Amino acid sequence: MSPEINLEEQFQARIDAGQKIEPKDWMPEKYRKTHIRQISQHAHSEVVGMLPEGNWITRAPSLRRKVGLLAKVQDEAGHGLYLYSAAETLGISRDEMYEQLHTGKAKYSSIFNYPTLSWADIGAIGWLVDGAAIINQVMLTRTSFGPYARAMVRICKEESFHQRQGYEIMLGLAKGTPEQKEMAQDALNRFWWPSLMMFGPRDEDSPNTAQSVKWKIKRKTNDELRQQFVDITVPQAEFLGLSIPDPTLQWNEERGHYDFGEIDWNEFWQVVKGNGPCNKERLAARVDAWEEGAWVRDAAMAYAEWKEKEKIKKAV
Amino acid sequence: MSDPNNKNEWPIFEIFIRSKNGLEHRHVGSLHAADATMAIENARDVYTRRQEGVSIWVVPSKEITASNPEDAGELFEPAEDKVYRHPTFYELPIELKHI
Repeated sequence: MSPEINLEEQFQARIDAGQKIEPKDWMPEKYRKTHIRQISQHAHSEVVGMLPEGNWITRAPSLRRKVGLLAKVQDEAGHGLYLYSAAETLGISRDEMYEQLHTGKAKYSSIFNYPTLSWADIGAIGWLVDGAAIINQVMLTRTSFGPYARAMVRICKEESFHQRQGYEIMLGLAKGTPEQKEMAQDALNRFWWPSLMMFGPRDEDSPNTAQSVKWKIKRKTNDELRQQFVDITVPQAEFLGLSIPDPTLQWNEERGHYDFGEIDWNEFWQVVKGNGPCNKERLAARVDAWEEGAWVRDAAMAYAEWKEKEKIKKAV
Repeated sequence: MSDPNNKNEWPIFEIFIRSKNGLEHRHVGSLHAADATMAIENARDVYTRRQEGVSIWVVPSKEITASNPEDAGELFEPAEDKVYRHPTFYELPIELKHI
């Protein structure tokens, strides 16, 4: 038995025993790489996720809505930062991760490649998109890699406000004028399927799931999480008096779950590959922010270095 | 581990927050900043948006020396068989009070 195999067995035994893995512990190269990919893409999603919502900050219909949305978008920035830090513990630099995002090498959640056309979309995003994210993230609070799990605990604490502010927006519109209710229904129609897509490909088309479950990176499969989301969300839509755009949706007494229709997987893969409605716009916004901010980063660094030198001069 | 070719990446600071007086500062995470002053300002925004703290410490990550997990046995196992460091090791009659 080679020593490498032995180490892998010991590693798996630690995972099986429910122990957490910390950054400086020995880990299989694939475990490290999978985490760098998953955590950085999660971070990118938080950061790119600010763009569709930022679109509505200046046009929020009241001060109450505006402060809520502003705080939510600020949280997303914070969540991105927690996650980038967690990924950095595995030996990748922040700039490398940005580079991967900007060149399209790293992905982010496809949901943010859909446009926010009306104010109701902000409600639908908080309710559905954050709702779907919460289901995934609650699972990840128990993931095997310590820094990722800790970041998730912080994120989950903050995330439930996001979903509630979204649902409150939907509630206001659904109980409002016929035009407002129509707006809410339209937002649900457009965001329902992309929200279901957030859980990723079907289990049989997700080759990495088995290894991720074995390493306790994921504790549930894509289809299990998707089902959980549908079961939770359908009654919430009924409460709003809105209808879910899926004629096949119905309660299955025997399974104790809702049956629901098939996702348009062609659309799913098209958006993943960069052909969604806003892929180019989102990426361009990130690249512009990075490039136009370069002089600020350089100036801050130059000033910090100058101050340090002054301090030394005074001391001598 | 930063890319050595990119000297312009702001250094990383480890952030410690005291959640309220009477409690210790606890490590909450890390962030990038040009210097310590900016690290405190950024930590305020990143880690205390909901009154999680009354005091912040920032420490450049490169200044931290950590024990190596491979040395954990050598460092921590010797304490395992020293049960006589715990009060329950000492056998006293149960009728005895306040000891």
